[in-house]
Amino acid sequence: MQPQPDPFALADLRRHLAEAALRSAPAAVGQVSFGASGLDAALGGGIARAALHEVYAPATADLAAATGFAVGLAIRAAGLRPILWVRQDVVDAETGRLYPPGLTELGLDPGRILLVRARDAEGVLRAGSEAARCSALGAVLIEPWGQPRRLDLTASRRLSLAAEGSGATTLLLRAGVSSQPSAASTRWQVAALPSRAQEANAPGDPAFRITLLRHRGGLGEREWRVEWCRDRQSFQDSEFREQGAATGRQPSANEDRASPDAAPLSRNVVSFPADRPAAAGGEDTDIRRTG
Amino acid sequence: MQRNALRLVDCDQRALALGLTRDLTLADARARIPSLIAIEAQPEADEAFLGRLAAFCDRFTPLVALDLPYGLLLDITGCAHLFGGEVALHGVIARWMRAGGLAIRAAIAGTPEAAHALSRFGAGGLVPVGQDEAMLRPLPVAALELTAETVIALSRAGLKTLADLDDRPSVALSARFGAELTVKLRRTLGREDARITPLRPPPACVVERHFAEPMLDKEGLEDVIARLIAEAGRVLEQRGEGGRAFEVSFFRSDGAVRRLMVETGRPSRDAPAILRLWRERVETLADPLDPGFGFDAVRLSVPVCEPLDTHQPSLDGQPSLDRRAVEDEAVADLVDRLVARFGRDRVLRFVAQDTHHPVRAAKAISAALPASTIAWPAPEPHEPPTRPLQLFEPPQPVEAIAEVPDGPPIRFRWRRLIHDVARAEGPERIAPEWWRDGSPEPMRDYYRVEDAQGRRFWLFRIGFHEPEQAPPRWFLHGLFA
Repeated sequence: MQPQPDPFALADLRRHLAEAALRSAPAAVGQVSFGASGLDAALGGGIARAALHEVYAPATADLAAATGFAVGLAIRAAGLRPILWVRQDVVDAETGRLYPPGLTELGLDPGRILLVRARDAEGVLRAGSEAARCSALGAVLIEPWGQPRRLDLTASRRLSLAAEGSGATTLLLRAGVSSQPSAASTRWQVAALPSRAQEANAPGDPAFRITLLRHRGGLGEREWRVEWCRDRQSFQDSEFREQGAATGRQPSANEDRASPDAAPLSRNVVSFPADRPAAAGGEDTDIRRTG
Repeated sequence: MQRNALRLVDCDQRALALGLTRDLTLADARARIPSLIAIEAQPEADEAFLGRLAAFCDRFTPLVALDLPYGLLLDITGCAHLFGGEVALHGVIARWMRAGGLAIRAAIAGTPEAAHALSRFGAGGLVPVGQDEAMLRPLPVAALELTAETVIALSRAGLKTLADLDDRPSVALSARFGAELTVKLRRTLGREDARITPLRPPPACVVERHFAEPMLDKEGLEDVIARLIAEAGRVLEQRGEGGRAFEVSFFRSDGAVRRLMVETGRPSRDAPAILRLWRERVETLADPLDPGFGFDAVRLSVPVCEPLDTHQPSLDGQPSLDRRAVEDEAVADLVDRLVARFGRDRVLRFVAQDTHHPVRAAKAISAALPASTIAWPAPEPHEPPTRPLQLFEPPQPVEAIAEVPDGPPIRFRWRRLIHDVARAEGPERIAPEWWRDGSPEPMRDYYRVEDAQGRRFWLFRIGFHEPEQAPPRWFLHGLFA
């Protein structure tokens, strides 16, 4: 008779193993790998550790995905060292404030985060460059809002030099702006990607469609689909590669399913107006109270 | 307005000479002196002024207390010699006050109560050591600051002066008027000493510089502060302590006092680091240090001290600490610099809270405070995230279409955009914590949903779809990565 494994002990063991793996990854190695074989192979092992990297969200709505991607990179870059996060106050208002239980769910212990809240872009840059110079930090996440005038080529060059000097991976997270010239080593655009469904069509692990916009090593623009696996503390692309076209088809299939004249609306449905009457909307008036 | 009439609260010298007294009704006073200038009493403004005056007097001694409503008490023990003795200090203070347009009566005596009695009911001045009783015995009983009834009762008994009281057996007095009277008498006559409670607690370590001429030069000032910090560092080192906070007070020659504080996350006496924090602090000032006509004195006080051991550097010049400790030190230094620049409430760390309420599950506290010991709940292995990365507080109302009675939303409109739900999971019912809220907050049914573009949301519904009931309301609470 096989003894029943204790799920908590297993989870603990997994975490210990993940931590041990992170600890054994030598800090001297100058690269942060993604853990996704296809991606790492294309990038020649990963992205430079002591450098500035930019993560763009094409639309404000994708900022949560871009943030998740940046958190994943920071986890892989930081090992067990603290992560400093600089955030402009406006970001909290636009996309919600950082929620520590959500960070735990992505595999980052919120106790390791130092959060600096800055009122304006100048404060963000100042705190960011101060932090990027600190070699004791594992990663620095800098999150200004919009396109501040102060964040020009000189400012990004300064951040880049600070990161090169200290070895702290510096990630500049930007929303709602188009890609700008900068001194960053790599520039990524991250959008949300429909996840692989769990049982009963539940949303699965966070998935991203990432595009490499700029690479100092000279790689051309390329797109990958990756998933963040918390238990292994790594990105994964195998599932998306294997399914290939099937994965690519999935979102459009869902779109069909959710479109107004498709299956769901034949079910018992009712609309609930929130702060204004739904009838004012227009699009959904014709599908109200079909059930 | 006292006892149903407007009354005079206080009169100046000229009004007193004309025969007006305190507590006279305004109508009577106007009848006697038609040209009377009456100004409404502002006790708050008086107290605020007294507070500023107390800050000014900080330059004479760190122990200053308000003696409401009209006076200040300065504990000058051990300070008088810095100003050339008690007589000279008395003169210095009187000169300053006169220069500021104030008429004061000051007394220096052995106990706070004696000085108070002398300045309010006597001629003021200096009580030579050991002469307290002789000087104070002739004062009226009112000098004890007793209630009006007690004073009347005492005078009816023929006890007019402190000497009269002192000559009676104290047992009989305390039996009739309470123990308070005899205690006050003993203190006023200098037989019992109770120290004042200073307005600002005395710091653990103080160093200061007084300038012969008011100091205007900015570089010179920074040089002075650097020296003060180094001096305080030496004092702390001798004690085996480090400061957690350093406060610099600037005493301007016109009496204004400006105080600036820098704090460190752990005890420190590292002069260059503290000076760096100080520069950060000065740089961020919205209103820069205004020297006006110059500063008379600069004081550095260390209000909070904690034990700090000396590190012994190893002989080969290598740092004897392991890498981890050095890194912790570097991060603590960074936090101090950021706190000095952005303020305590802007450099934060997260601590877990022992609750299942999603909003209260985490708190951001100042990074300068120690971390809590509550562990973060571990996520379920192999399960996708069940809590969002970003949380809206308060939740944002959305319009949603959902399957009745308790299905997940099929489509919803948030910020004017329609999102078609492709995947959903729920409901996860979260009950309010009535033992904390007090008010009956409604139950929430949470859903994890993903729209056709792959954006993941955390929505909840309040209420159920029931006939004869208001339709349920939907809110967006967070965004998943």
